[in-house]
Amino acid sequence: MPGSDPRPPAGSTLRAGEPMVTARGLVKRFEDFVAVDGIDFEIAQGESYGLLGPNGAGKTSTMRMIACMSPVSEGELRVLGMDPATDGARIRSRIGLVPQEDTLDLELTVLDNLMIYGRYFDLPKKVIRQRAEALLEFSQLSDRAHDKVEPLSGGMKRRLTIARALVSEPELLILDEPTTGLDPQARHLLWDRLYRLKLQGVTLVITTHYMDEAEQLCDRLAVMDRGRVAAEDTPPALIARYSTREVVELRFSPGENEQNADKLNGLVERLEVLPDRLLLYTDDGDGTLAAVHRTGCHPESSLVRRSTLEDVFLHLTGRSLVE
Amino acid sequence: MTLPAHTRAPATDTASGGARRRRPATPPWARSLSYWLYQYKRTWRGSITTSFLYPVLYLSAIGVGLGSLVNHHAHTVGGVKYIDFLAPGLMAATAMQIGGNEAMYPVMGAIKWMRTYFAMLATPLGVVDVLIGHLAWIALRLTLVSTIYLGIMALFGTVHSPFALLAIPAGVLTGTAFAAPIAAFSATQVNDAGFSALYRFGLIPLFLFSGTFFPITQLPGWLQIAAEATPLYHGVALCRALTLGHLDAGPDMAHVAYLVALTVLGFALARHSFRRRLVT
Repeated sequence: MPGSDPRPPAGSTLRAGEPMVTARGLVKRFEDFVAVDGIDFEIAQGESYGLLGPNGAGKTSTMRMIACMSPVSEGELRVLGMDPATDGARIRSRIGLVPQEDTLDLELTVLDNLMIYGRYFDLPKKVIRQRAEALLEFSQLSDRAHDKVEPLSGGMKRRLTIARALVSEPELLILDEPTTGLDPQARHLLWDRLYRLKLQGVTLVITTHYMDEAEQLCDRLAVMDRGRVAAEDTPPALIARYSTREVVELRFSPGENEQNADKLNGLVERLEVLPDRLLLYTDDGDGTLAAVHRTGCHPESSLVRRSTLEDVFLHLTGRSLVE
Repeated sequence: MTLPAHTRAPATDTASGGARRRRPATPPWARSLSYWLYQYKRTWRGSITTSFLYPVLYLSAIGVGLGSLVNHHAHTVGGVKYIDFLAPGLMAATAMQIGGNEAMYPVMGAIKWMRTYFAMLATPLGVVDVLIGHLAWIALRLTLVSTIYLGIMALFGTVHSPFALLAIPAGVLTGTAFAAPIAAFSATQVNDAGFSALYRFGLIPLFLFSGTFFPITQLPGWLQIAAEATPLYHGVALCRALTLGHLDAGPDMAHVAYLVALTVLGFALARHSFRRRLVT
């Protein structure tokens, strides 16, 4: 993988170059409902791997299986070279989980939350305290160490959850929707912390339905939809393969999208009609915009931008990421 | 900015190398128990005060106050002074209440509100560790409460035998006989409505009719049989036999066997319902 260190951390059971996680035909079923429908992927050591998709795509179910908290219904899954069905506790002792819903103890202090979590891994109190100090600094929570968790902001709670998952110094950190519900500033701070972890060689698996988060953090992505992997590659490669270089966004008065779409149809290879705007896929945005004006269409506003993963997702599934 | 990486090398050495050799591994269930100990750090003052206050209030009001009337008219109840009859019954009833309480809201909270069990399950702890840790905590709480209760009983002069010390484990056993099956029940509930029903139709009738306040021989025949089938009756009878020193091996062993069986059965049920609820 580009930029990843093939050497496993000291004490790891992984051989050099052996994948951190391997899934083959992985299925998760809840009674009649199929949440994950036969997916394959490999996550390399030191890689930052993303599962991108809308709510209900099967991302969380996949994560919970990797975290050995949810039994595999069918297919093969190896995490750190071991089988979650038989070695769950051993695997969990070497991974960190940041679940979608916080599981912090709101009535205890920030520091106590870290202390307790470290105890679950049977770390000596002295070691936990040492690490907690560094982790609180890393999470910019040092001055809140002795405060209760309850009144902390959403961003602080998320950072504490991440700090807590790092107490055991995991080789693999699993983050399920790490920044959902946070304001932009809190998200950027969190991304920065995650990027630092990546630089230290921690393997990251991240689910998200934010394309900017996926682009920022992930070396490689699986685009998930309805329990399946629709495509997998690096973000630029996905964009190159499934979208054009640029996109022209046009906004018309309400109700005029369809009729304008008909007029502009021949202009570009691909045109998407969204409820609030038209998207024209093209390699030359300015040229296309000029051509739009020549057809006599008068959008209320227009924008030429580069393609994003949002466009990739739209192309692959015909739907938007955030609905 | 200190990154965790700075602590990484030395800290890992102490954790996986030196320290682990010096220190035997803590069993996983005991690590889950340590969570409840941390929790108790926050609430122990109020909890201990209550544990002292309740027996003093109950034994004064009902044991001494009402008891003087009872003794005046009936002379003895079950062959002893009313307060001697009442105190061990209340001790067992308190154990029931603590065991039941601790297995209701805290279990639901750890599943639904605080989601503590899920935090534990993301670590090396498994479902059975989580369950044993919680029940072990309840047993510890029961030990504390029963010990305080026995101490207060001694102050009221209601301890009449050295066997009374065994009333502490008897109280614990009475409490776990409720805690284990109730934990199993709590893990199946989607909201707390079931708890008030459990109180109204379960714990409160038992509190009143299990021989705590009067001998069950006062009840009509069919109700006597019903009372003898309930766990609190056996807890009350066992604690009473021990504090009065009126031991009778056959029935007493039967009380113990009943309470152990209910605890074991409750544990098996709880293991099942915890797995169903927590591992999906």
